[in-house]
Amino acid sequence: MKFSGGVHPAYHKDTAGLQIEAMPLLHRYVVPIAQHLGAPGKVLVAKGDRVARWQPLSEPVGFVSVPVHAPTSGTVKQVAALPHPLGRPMLAVEIESDGEDRPWEGLAPPADWRRLESAELRRAIQAAGVVGMGGATFPTHVKLSPPAEKKVDLLILNGAECEPYLTADHRVMLEQAAEVMEGLGLMMRVLGVTRACVGIESNKPDALEALRRACPPDVAAEFTLLETKYPQGSEKHLIYALCGRRVPPGGLPMDVGCVVQNVGTAVACLEAVRDGLPMTERVATVTGAAINVPHNLRVRVGAPLLDVLAHCGGVTPDVGKVIFGGPMMGIGQFDMDVPLIKGTSGVLCLRDDEAARFEGGPCIRCGACVDACPMGLVPSAMGLIAERFRFEELGDWHVLDCIECGSCAYVCPSRRPLVQHFKRGKAEWREILDGRRAKAEREAERQSAAAKA
Amino acid sequence: MTLEPGSGPDGVPREPATPVAEPITPQDLIVSASPHVHAGQDVPWIMRQVLLALLPGLLAGLWFFGLGALRVLVLAVAGCLACEWACARLVKRPATLRDYSAVVTGVLLAMNLPSGSPWWLVLVGSAVAIGLGKAVYGGLGYNPFNPALVARVFLLISFPVQMTTWVVPQGPGTALDAATGATPLGAIKEAVGLGRTVADAGAPGLRDLLVGNVGGSFGEVSALALLLGGLWLLWRGVIRWQVPVAFMAATALVTGVAYLVDPAHYASPLVHLLGGGLMLGAWFMATDMVTSPVTRRGLLIFGAGCGLLTAVIRLWGGYPEGVSFAILLMNAATPLIDRWTRPRVFGEARKLYREADAA
Repeated sequence: MKFSGGVHPAYHKDTAGLQIEAMPLLHRYVVPIAQHLGAPGKVLVAKGDRVARWQPLSEPVGFVSVPVHAPTSGTVKQVAALPHPLGRPMLAVEIESDGEDRPWEGLAPPADWRRLESAELRRAIQAAGVVGMGGATFPTHVKLSPPAEKKVDLLILNGAECEPYLTADHRVMLEQAAEVMEGLGLMMRVLGVTRACVGIESNKPDALEALRRACPPDVAAEFTLLETKYPQGSEKHLIYALCGRRVPPGGLPMDVGCVVQNVGTAVACLEAVRDGLPMTERVATVTGAAINVPHNLRVRVGAPLLDVLAHCGGVTPDVGKVIFGGPMMGIGQFDMDVPLIKGTSGVLCLRDDEAARFEGGPCIRCGACVDACPMGLVPSAMGLIAERFRFEELGDWHVLDCIECGSCAYVCPSRRPLVQHFKRGKAEWREILDGRRAKAEREAERQSAAAKA
Repeated sequence: MTLEPGSGPDGVPREPATPVAEPITPQDLIVSASPHVHAGQDVPWIMRQVLLALLPGLLAGLWFFGLGALRVLVLAVAGCLACEWACARLVKRPATLRDYSAVVTGVLLAMNLPSGSPWWLVLVGSAVAIGLGKAVYGGLGYNPFNPALVARVFLLISFPVQMTTWVVPQGPGTALDAATGATPLGAIKEAVGLGRTVADAGAPGLRDLLVGNVGGSFGEVSALALLLGGLWLLWRGVIRWQVPVAFMAATALVTGVAYLVDPAHYASPLVHLLGGGLMLGAWFMATDMVTSPVTRRGLLIFGAGCGLLTAVIRLWGGYPEGVSFAILLMNAATPLIDRWTRPRVFGEARKLYREADAA
């Protein structure tokens, strides 16, 4: 099934043919404690501590929380607020590498996922710090723990990789096909589902073929080649494309019986159980016209951007923008000392002339954004409302359903900064809603107190 | 901070060595919200496409009406540009001449005027189009009505004699003080009004209507040339099909029914489609993005409304031509149509949507 809206940006998947190459060991890593959506963990190490590779640096606090682990052995230089890809400094552990890459003795023993119960598997996945590697970094064990009232019957493996430039998932599917499919089987076991769908955009038929061939006989998966259209990899649109179910506004995939997991996440889950290894590395595409030697890199989490760029031959003099993620939803970086983290699917270096400027002329009501919006919103009207700071009205226009895919701004002939407006609008509207809720609670309290008196 | 390598390719950590590339500093980088790339089109591009699409109709008009038409064109474009510049200057905003929108307004206004218009009429029209039609609302994007049509209707009501003195087309050599006559629709209206039949009006044949060898505003006469330009705009993705198709279909439907009922007193729908300002209106005026709805469903309603009103005004109204009034009336309805046709949010049930809207 095809969703309406969406855009066809230039794909630039130039790195699709480059084998994944392991990034050499660095002399320094910066591991932020918060690399996932949810509560940041509690730090377990202090300045001067010696740590081993895979040793936990933090422990989860609560359910929606995961630990982070040391990417190599060395000494903790500092635990402090350090530059973070999300923009503002956040608590991180800086490790000076001792070059030995000595593994931690406390690693969980390797196990066979086919013999473990789903609760045990979930525990192992959480302990390994696995988060969704598509970019949203939601803790994977939480996604794999639907509440009892939500009957999940379908696991969807997301190999769409609809962001232009990025080829990390593509390479993982080609080079680690067997592990991807094993990981899928493992996650199906956790969820107790018997049906799985694998969705891959039509520009990667080789990935689909590789996965199909690598599929173990006991993993019941259906393979679908999807239309190459952005944002095909968005959870809601992927679900609709694969099985025709529509996630209601404000709802989650589990509301329609689905759980969506990224291909890289599948591998991370498998490694967490099969090898007992925590998530301390990921595959990231370093690409763009402004990087000298593009790569698909297996990079340890915490590697400073500066070193990654240097490993790829450095940037060209006409670099204009360095982005974590793809060109449609990635985050522009300003500090070259930020580390690559679990959610960093790529580093995109755009030339100055390639980087779009959204200076924001007047809306000419051409309707291109309305046609492009995959969520059925009216970005033109919402942009005007946001511009006037009428955030309550923005709520009525379903701003919370905006997935920030960027399709509207991408096609806007007036180059209006629509996504920026909606990001702010969502935050402001949420604040208004929170305020209302708090006020209602206070009111209720006051009334109950009055009733008692 | 400068860009320096942190480790060697051999995998051994080492102290930062010499930079391998130009150092980059935060000041050199653009930092802004996503997305970071753009499809490429911009407003000047759209306006240039419209101008290119108007070229066939314009050339046809210039061919049939000669120098008089050229004079009107030059005056209107120059007047609109000057007025645009002056208005921006007046409110101390940067000049907006480079978005080409004033040129488009000027060309459209010219095409909506008789080729024999006196110079002052054209200049007053330009001032009204840009000043009253656009600038007072805040410029491009904020005007509720099509600026060129505001000017045309303003002139039609204020100077009805000058606005209905139609030069008879005589080819490129048409003199500036050429003979005048009626438009085909005017002739039909007059004849029917006097109790005679359509055939008595002696209106030109369909072939003349198609190529444009008839009286009328200088840019509206050649249905074929305008249709070509419109189709090109459609193919380039500048306009959406809903408005012109619904517009023409609704006009054809109403005039067609009337024609079937009483062919003696109602002209054939083909005359209505090819005559008057319908092609210019349906493809170039009603499709003005700023003043038409943003949703495709809304555009269908908008186009159908334009077509319906045009037919009603032409058949039963006081004026022989109704395209301008119809489009302006539908312009006024645009906010309402946008409200009605707000799309359903992905995943939203039909019922839920109604409830949410009613609440």
